[in-house]
Amino acid sequence: MSAARPATSAIASVTSRRIRITQLVALGALILFLAGAPSVVDSFTLAQILTKALWLGIAAASLIFLSSYGGMISLGQTGIYAVAGFTMANLVHAAGGKHLGWDPLAATAAGIVVATLFGVLCGAIAARSYGIYFLMITLAISVIVFYFFAQVTTLSGYGGIRSVTMPGFIGNPITNPVPLYYTALLASFFVYVGIRYLARTPFGLALQGIRDDPARMQALGYNVALHRALAFGVGAFIASIAGILSVWYTTQISPGGINVAQTINILIIAVIGGLYRLEGAWIGALVFSTIDNYSRVWMPNVGDWLGPARFESVIGVIFLVIVLASPGGLVGIWESLWDRRKRRLGPVEPSGVPATGAVDEIVDHPAAV
Amino acid sequence: MSIRLDIRLVPRALLVLLGLAVVAWIAYKGSQDSRVFWIVTLNGLTLAALFFVVSAGFTLIFGLMRVVNMAHGSLYLLAGYIAFTLQGNWYGVSSNLLSGIPATVTSWIVPLIIATIVIGVAGVLMQQVFLRWNQGQDLRQALITIAISVILADQMVAHFGGIAESIQQPAAWPDSVTLFGVRYGFFRLEVVVGAALLIGALLFLVIKRTRFGMIIRAGVDDRSMVSALGVNIQLVFAGAFFVGALLAGLAGVLGGTMIAVQPGNDSAFLLDSLIVVIIGGMGSLLGAAIGSVALGLVSAYADVYLKFGTTDLTNYAILLTFILVVAVLAVRPLGLFGRPA
Repeated sequence: MSAARPATSAIASVTSRRIRITQLVALGALILFLAGAPSVVDSFTLAQILTKALWLGIAAASLIFLSSYGGMISLGQTGIYAVAGFTMANLVHAAGGKHLGWDPLAATAAGIVVATLFGVLCGAIAARSYGIYFLMITLAISVIVFYFFAQVTTLSGYGGIRSVTMPGFIGNPITNPVPLYYTALLASFFVYVGIRYLARTPFGLALQGIRDDPARMQALGYNVALHRALAFGVGAFIASIAGILSVWYTTQISPGGINVAQTINILIIAVIGGLYRLEGAWIGALVFSTIDNYSRVWMPNVGDWLGPARFESVIGVIFLVIVLASPGGLVGIWESLWDRRKRRLGPVEPSGVPATGAVDEIVDHPAAV
Repeated sequence: MSIRLDIRLVPRALLVLLGLAVVAWIAYKGSQDSRVFWIVTLNGLTLAALFFVVSAGFTLIFGLMRVVNMAHGSLYLLAGYIAFTLQGNWYGVSSNLLSGIPATVTSWIVPLIIATIVIGVAGVLMQQVFLRWNQGQDLRQALITIAISVILADQMVAHFGGIAESIQQPAAWPDSVTLFGVRYGFFRLEVVVGAALLIGALLFLVIKRTRFGMIIRAGVDDRSMVSALGVNIQLVFAGAFFVGALLAGLAGVLGGTMIAVQPGNDSAFLLDSLIVVIIGGMGSLLGAAIGSVALGLVSAYADVYLKFGTTDLTNYAILLTFILVVAVLAVRPLGLFGRPA
């Protein structure tokens, strides 16, 4: 999808170099902040906002991966990460569930494998459906997983599995949240880089082709359903990492944590950040966990309508406003502002920002715009 | 003569075998205790009737406008709360045996009518304010209705609390009737099933026999052509959204009387509508009827008959719903009666 770069004028190349430098500086600052966060912010903020944003971001990234590269908006990610979390929690020592006493790392690997296989199965079911049908089928998958764990108490304990054994390097996340923070940060990094890499492989390119025109790809000889099912499997793999981290983060997993509300929350995070930009996942998650924390403190009481307990209403209104105003989410708003700034700085070709993941090229190759 | 085996027929053949095995198992268990069999069957059918009323509105809106109204369950629950509040505030009806006044036919019917109409109007408002200007962007519309459902769910908890309530049925009505030799709840059997049959027949007649129905059928096939022929398609859309929301409201009051009004019912009934129309095919009324019966019966039978000797698998009943959806989608990706947009 990389278009031939147009010949750029001298002014434009100076402009683009300036933009490139700005980007590098911003990236460096971000890396410095993330790496040094534990010594900058207090441990409450670290655990309640940053670590939470990181694992929620991975869950949302699995959704955004599917929507931006595969054109599939999936509500099944919560169901899949629940399968990973419950599998892992049942295999290790814990209060409730099967407590089989496996090594935590082996159990983690098993959880990810089981959830990925489950994801491929779900993908095989949903792969022939598109758009709104796909959304509904994947929602049904999530809800059915929820009811399954709510009913099968031998696998979910009574009201959840608590005190899940952690691998040694995590320690106790309640008393010392730093190791878990770095684990989540590293996982986020690998998920981000991994998805960006995958998008450039033949598989990723075929997937984007299928997103843009399934019929043409079919005519070219690609197995469309198989590609979509496998992509769903990749999404499931990413979601299962989030599932494992969520269990480590809360030290427990319960059916109540994977219900429809949580399914919708992951969607809300992805939409707030931007459904078609991978970075949006973590930006949305950061906004979400920040509002989640602080709205419970400063939100004034307005009759029965608003108050500290009305977080869902607040996030729902933000979600509604974003969907009504900018389908590209916060990243989309940022991009249109950035675009305007660039146009002011120098003569560049007018770029209609494409509605889908093709916007990638804008940041990767500023000169091409 | 050579026998050609099409590999694609294998899953279908397996599904047919599975279906036969399930029917045989139910027949075997049913013959052991016919009383239980009839009660379970009636449970399934009465539940199916309620599913049909909810999902008929859902599928009607989708069929005409391609809008997946994810707030349909919220409208269902809101109607229940409105009727419950009206019954309490206007007539003093409550379930409290000591101080409560039992409901009369009036104090059940009036809240039902008001709640149903209020929800119908709310549906039209929602369509006019949020959905009218972005027609054709079906995913965006689904996201908008999801946002509305999130806000509504939270506000309903804030205003009506988290306790399960129930709308009182008129005390003058009998508690139970006898059918197939078993006593069964009058309200579930006669009122809910009666309402579902009536609505099914009415919708069928309106859609097949009236001018409005003709316009709707034409609109499902080709919106812009209907519009070009001089029909005010926006008015038809508003009308269809009114009827669709109305049905959610009616079902909410029926369900609130038959089962309960409680938080979580919104997503539960949204999911039921989704499964019904995924099975039956989006936009098809007949599909909604068949999907409702399939979902109602499967969940009712699975709750009781999933016992093999000493192995009790009834906890896993929800998986059968999953298998039902998978089985239908494996053969028909758009549902039994679904057609491509």
